[in-house]
Amino acid sequence: MSTQTAPSPARPRPRSGAGPSRRYRRRTSLNAAGFLVPFGVLFTAMMLAPIGYALYQSFFKVHRQGLFGGAQTTQFAGFDNFVDALHDGDFMGSLGRVALLGVLQVPLMLGLALLLALLLDSRSARFRKTFRLTFFLPYALPGAIAAVMWSFLLVKDLSPFTGPLAAIGIHTDFLSAGWVPASIGNMITWGWTGYNMLIIYSALQTVPGEVIEAATLDNCTGWRLAWHVKIPLVRPALVLTTVFSIIGTAQLYTEPAVLAAARIPGASNKFSPIMNTTLNASQADPNLAAAESVLLALVTLVLSFGFLKFTQRRTADA
Amino acid sequence: MTATRTPLTGRLVVNAVLGLMALYTLIPLWWLMVSATKGEGYLYQGSPLWFSHFDLGANVSRVFSFQGGVFSSWLANSALYSLVGAAVSTLLSVMAGFALAKYRFRGREAIFNVILASVLIPAPMFALPLFLMMAKLQLTNSYWAILLPSFVSPFGVYLSRIYASASVPDELLEAARMDGAGEQRTFFRIALPVMSPALVTIFLFQFVSVWNNYLLPALMLNDASKLPVTVGLVQWRSSFANGVPPILPITGAFVSLVPLLVAFVALQRFWRSGLTAGAVK
Repeated sequence: MSTQTAPSPARPRPRSGAGPSRRYRRRTSLNAAGFLVPFGVLFTAMMLAPIGYALYQSFFKVHRQGLFGGAQTTQFAGFDNFVDALHDGDFMGSLGRVALLGVLQVPLMLGLALLLALLLDSRSARFRKTFRLTFFLPYALPGAIAAVMWSFLLVKDLSPFTGPLAAIGIHTDFLSAGWVPASIGNMITWGWTGYNMLIIYSALQTVPGEVIEAATLDNCTGWRLAWHVKIPLVRPALVLTTVFSIIGTAQLYTEPAVLAAARIPGASNKFSPIMNTTLNASQADPNLAAAESVLLALVTLVLSFGFLKFTQRRTADA
Repeated sequence: MTATRTPLTGRLVVNAVLGLMALYTLIPLWWLMVSATKGEGYLYQGSPLWFSHFDLGANVSRVFSFQGGVFSSWLANSALYSLVGAAVSTLLSVMAGFALAKYRFRGREAIFNVILASVLIPAPMFALPLFLMMAKLQLTNSYWAILLPSFVSPFGVYLSRIYASASVPDELLEAARMDGAGEQRTFFRIALPVMSPALVTIFLFQFVSVWNNYLLPALMLNDASKLPVTVGLVQWRSSFANGVPPILPITGAFVSLVPLLVAFVALQRFWRSGLTAGAVK
């Protein structure tokens, strides 16, 4: 189906002398460009341009003359939008809420993922493939559909958990205001533990057999083997999953948005930073929304790169 | 089979923990399936985890006929966005990854680093800037607002570059060129078939990421007829208070998950290769 270029008979022979000729090198650049341009154009238009546009927007403000359809003027606003963002109580509150959620949920989820990966990698595990596939399954399902499912599954009268919990004396409503953050944490844990486990497990599989054998000969087995040999060796995978999880938590949207859409009384439509920015973008103030997105991106970058640097320094010290 | 050095209790504990996690993963899905089969008005009755008043057929036909059959257009939209998005992005990624792996030119590493950096930036971060830009261009509420962003997969470029350097030998390309094949012919006839496992992986990951996307279509689209199934079902869930019976979003969610579950099990080995490429660099 490709449009074929006619083969040129006088093709310069590469690597015939001291190195590729200049003409050949120019040809390679042109050929490479032919393959790169379609992706490059779309990449620029759909990823680089929006970032540039949001940055640009964040430094301007729209002024309206008169209340009803008066003329609008756009003016350079310096850092005004950023100052407004820092004074936007809903936005700042959501940053704090998500940070707290992350501090509690991410270690829990990754600890669980690491534990499962080590158990699967241990000699005692049976049905490895089935377990691996089962744990990973939620990753392949849409977060929004999973959230719709949980939004029913946690309703007091529908939930299979309410009965057993009540039987041991715990009466809870998982969708009450106090419980909503925990329920969202549970939804993320359900969706992403298996994904993280698979990354860590794949790293465990690359640990050379001789290393394990040597440790075993030294009578280092079971938990001691995991703690002293395996975990240090899969450190890069742990760092990677932590960075992914920090980014993911900062970008939290689907789970709280679905709960808010389902009109769960305890779920606010300003729960997460992205919910605030989208609300501002479609209603009040797109420029403020742009500034808040830029802030959120910066916070995310600082946190994830900060964590990377921190772990690198720790490694250097050790 | 080595002598059982691990004691029996140890093995039991290990497998019990794994089994508990499997239950935690599967119980919600089991609940969804059981609930989707319960007849009108029986959702709140009987055991939440066991069948009673089985009426799946009626529920499914209600899902497909409700609001003039909008559910089937949601499914069709999801299929359109994901199939077209994944097909185009796979082709573009493989071309770009091939060029970055097999041609030496100035700026190659710089371009690759920019693409690599954008792999680490999550899609939600782009959604709002994209929305602001599309709104300015008056492209929101159109199929293009979803399709155009889905054509770009930096992860796909990254994966194809790695795969092309590892699996497409320079000698093979040289030989094709010696035989007089043009660059495009060499790519489509020689390189592409060799890279087909990577192609499947890239297609799969992009298909799932477009199918599962919620934020972008929720922001961009207003017309009920253009929505993908994710956004549509959340709307049904949200109008629960306005008279959409809960069995509709529940059965709809179940119906929309079935093809994904089948594809997931059928294509499992491609999942792993994509993830390991991403994790163990």
